[in-house]
Amino acid sequence: MKKILALAAWAALTASVCSAQMLINGAGASFPQPLYTKWFSAYAQVDRSVRFNYQGIGSGGGQKQILAETVDFGASDGPMSDENLAKAPRPLWHIPTVAGAVVICYNLPGQPKLKLEGGTIARIFLGKITKWNDAAITAQNPGMELPDREILVVHRSDGSGTSYIFTDYLSAVDQEWAEKVGKNTAVKWPVGLGGKGNAGVTGQIQQSPGAIGYVELAYAKQNHLPYAAVKNAAGHYVEPSIASVTAALASATVHDDFRFSMVNAPGAEAYPIAGATWLLVYGQQKNPAKGQKLVEFLQWAFTKGETMAAALDYAPLPADLQARVLKQVQAIKY
Amino acid sequence: MTGPFSLARFSPLRKSAHWPDRSFRWMALLAVAAIIGLIGLVGWQLYSGSRLAVEKFGFSFLTSTKWDPVSDEFGALPFIFGTLVSSLIALIIAVPLGIATALFLTEMAPQKMRQPAIMVIEMLAAVPSVIFGLWGIFVLIPWLRDHLFQWLRDTLGFLPFFQGPIYGVSMLAGGIIVAIMILPIVTAISREILRSVPKLQREAAYALGATHWEVIRIAVLGYAQRGLFGAAVLGLGRALGETMAVTMVIGNRPEIKASLFAPGYTLASVIANEFTEATSDVYLNSLFELGLVLFALTILVNAAAQLMLRRLAGSGPGKVAG
Amino acid sequence: MRVVLGLCALLAAAPLFCVLYFLVREGASALDWNFFTQLPKPAGEPGGGMAPAIVGTLTLLALATVVGVPVGVMGGVYLAEYGHPRANGWIRFAADVLNGVPSIVWGMVVYTLLVVPLKSFSAYAGGVALGLIMIPLVMRTTDEVLALVPQSYREAALALGIPRWKIITVIVMKTALRGIVTGVLVALARVAGETAPLLFTALGNNFWNQSLAEPIAALPLQIFTYAISPYDDWHRQAWAGALVLMLMILVLNLAVRLFARTKTVR
Repeated sequence: MKKILALAAWAALTASVCSAQMLINGAGASFPQPLYTKWFSAYAQVDRSVRFNYQGIGSGGGQKQILAETVDFGASDGPMSDENLAKAPRPLWHIPTVAGAVVICYNLPGQPKLKLEGGTIARIFLGKITKWNDAAITAQNPGMELPDREILVVHRSDGSGTSYIFTDYLSAVDQEWAEKVGKNTAVKWPVGLGGKGNAGVTGQIQQSPGAIGYVELAYAKQNHLPYAAVKNAAGHYVEPSIASVTAALASATVHDDFRFSMVNAPGAEAYPIAGATWLLVYGQQKNPAKGQKLVEFLQWAFTKGETMAAALDYAPLPADLQARVLKQVQAIKY
Repeated sequence: MTGPFSLARFSPLRKSAHWPDRSFRWMALLAVAAIIGLIGLVGWQLYSGSRLAVEKFGFSFLTSTKWDPVSDEFGALPFIFGTLVSSLIALIIAVPLGIATALFLTEMAPQKMRQPAIMVIEMLAAVPSVIFGLWGIFVLIPWLRDHLFQWLRDTLGFLPFFQGPIYGVSMLAGGIIVAIMILPIVTAISREILRSVPKLQREAAYALGATHWEVIRIAVLGYAQRGLFGAAVLGLGRALGETMAVTMVIGNRPEIKASLFAPGYTLASVIANEFTEATSDVYLNSLFELGLVLFALTILVNAAAQLMLRRLAGSGPGKVAG
Repeated sequence: MRVVLGLCALLAAAPLFCVLYFLVREGASALDWNFFTQLPKPAGEPGGGMAPAIVGTLTLLALATVVGVPVGVMGGVYLAEYGHPRANGWIRFAADVLNGVPSIVWGMVVYTLLVVPLKSFSAYAGGVALGLIMIPLVMRTTDEVLALVPQSYREAALALGIPRWKIITVIVMKTALRGIVTGVLVALARVAGETAPLLFTALGNNFWNQSLAEPIAALPLQIFTYAISPYDDWHRQAWAGALVLMLMILVLNLAVRLFARTKTVR
């Protein structure tokens, strides 16, 4: 009995170690996680009275947990469907933060720079192309020595916005994919194995020779994985980069509810597998104190935070869109 | 060792009028009722959470191989298959090894070695699942991929189980990890069973002129057969619910494949991966139904194991840990 | 034959040595002062530590003790001191079966019972999930050690006219205290490394937890997140975290050995 009391006292003590700060919880997409964790650790220095805890549990998770209101904000790379939005107890707003590229990375000897077109990527992920030295791949990469090796497809095992962007693109460029698989944060993958989160897929590709997968650009760059140049709608092979994502973003039409798709954008310089990522917040905040801090943070994010994006390979929103989003942020009631 | 104190029969004390006595007894009764309540609670929660899926898919949920969040169609078969196959692989490895180890410890090992060896096995039981997973990703998988699996494909490649591309993460890797994790319990229970074999058994066999090995085979193993089977079933109960380590090495792919090199998926892993993110109601309900299937499976297997082991221990609480 | 069986025993013990070897080899290099005092750093940035996760795990274990031990011990008392033999057999059976329920199922149940209605992942939810797992374990060990207390103690106390609840708490439980504590420690060692039930309850936290109604970090969760990540630095931290967790569990197990005068069967 004494022991239990002592333990309870210890728990109480640890809980009150430091001065009370507010904790705002968010969960969701792992696609922008490197940027968000950076934002939150920087913002902890700006406003010491509040901390933002972010867990990258996948976009599907972000949508589900904000609907269940177990977190203060969600994060998702795929816009929520009308059906899911209808489940929200109050109006739920999409706040786009940045755009990023989903890159096709692989693990091959000598780390060559591949060129791929949408149809080939779709056939690899449909399980129709099973060897690295398949005629379709070698035709697009003349003069490259590709091994006679099994292709190991790696996809996400969790509900993910990265998957949403990727399957959205494949559905746009490949009829068979659109009919057989479709687009969603989680789909029924024809082949391959699953990794949890962008991090899990990257790790899996690193560990497995002959693997191919899709991850957010920052993950590929930070881990020195090679990624392919992809043929865009204008017929050019384009490298994923901030510039090519910005070009894609420039040609996207953004509706008033900020839900939009930017895959296979028409621009000559546009990288085709790109997407925006959103924070999901309620237009009417339940907790006034938390709501105020959240709005303050968002205002900081769209002024100071956006400037950190490029360093981590995310494309900041164009100025006019930023202004529109800021207006929306200021309209959040608390 | 029957529970109540014999004095309960002293009538003045049986139904005490003393209120602290009565309330203390009620508290204890409540605590015991909590056990039954908990089983009911878990079952009810899982059942009520899965009602939509039960209504929509009915019995076909258990036989369908579709797991498609886009069209909202779900079936449990690949996960049930993966759970059973990975557990079976684990049993094939862990049961003979566990019984052999227990035999060595009870019949063969020099006295000095016994205590340390038992301690090592106990420590193996203390390693958390997530640490096995970590070790699995960085140590076991590369070794399996580059050595053991290649060798298996070269020597046993004529069997459908050892064909196809080798990725490392696979059903077999999941089974091997689970085998390591259930080894301590199988060994510990087997040791208890073997130690309970009466001395007379052995002596009688020796008297008939049997060799040491014959004594072990006929008198000891023959006598302990049923108990050892119980130990294996208990190991199976453990294997079915292993989550983290398996999630980290099995490959997370809901597909039924003959090849053990192919990635698989288990009931527990899919819940760990997808439970927090199932956005549609049917999807979430399907995951709850998977939980219900897993719960029912483990309850059945554990109950069977406990009954087997108890029958051996006679009445009263068998000296058996769950 | 002896050689073959001996080799089997060696093979059975090999994974333990292999795991421990790598824990020390990979983990020790990342263990420094920062590891125990710093918050985790954003992805891809070197440095940082697991301080909140270490404290978080201890906090969760304390909560689990508060939830699981009173119920478990009282249940054990009922079995040993009050129950009827036949009913007891069934209750013990139920406890043993409950023991075999996969921990992830507890996570699902606590998520629906606590996280969804309270609209927040929290340390409470994580502690309750772990505490529920402890109940049957603690109940069975308490039941066993109380049964070892000689009957004559109870009879002597009754003869002195001491009320029964006092006999149980002051005499019987005190005599068996070592055994009870041992049982609690064994249960704690088992839940200390649980990850699955924490996924949907404690969630994890990159900062210090300041209220038990908030999400909390835990070592097993952090090890899992870092293990499947692509960053070398995080891999090193995962190994270091695993080493710390393993040491915690070994300390608990050593405590069990020191406490246990009689060998409790697990």
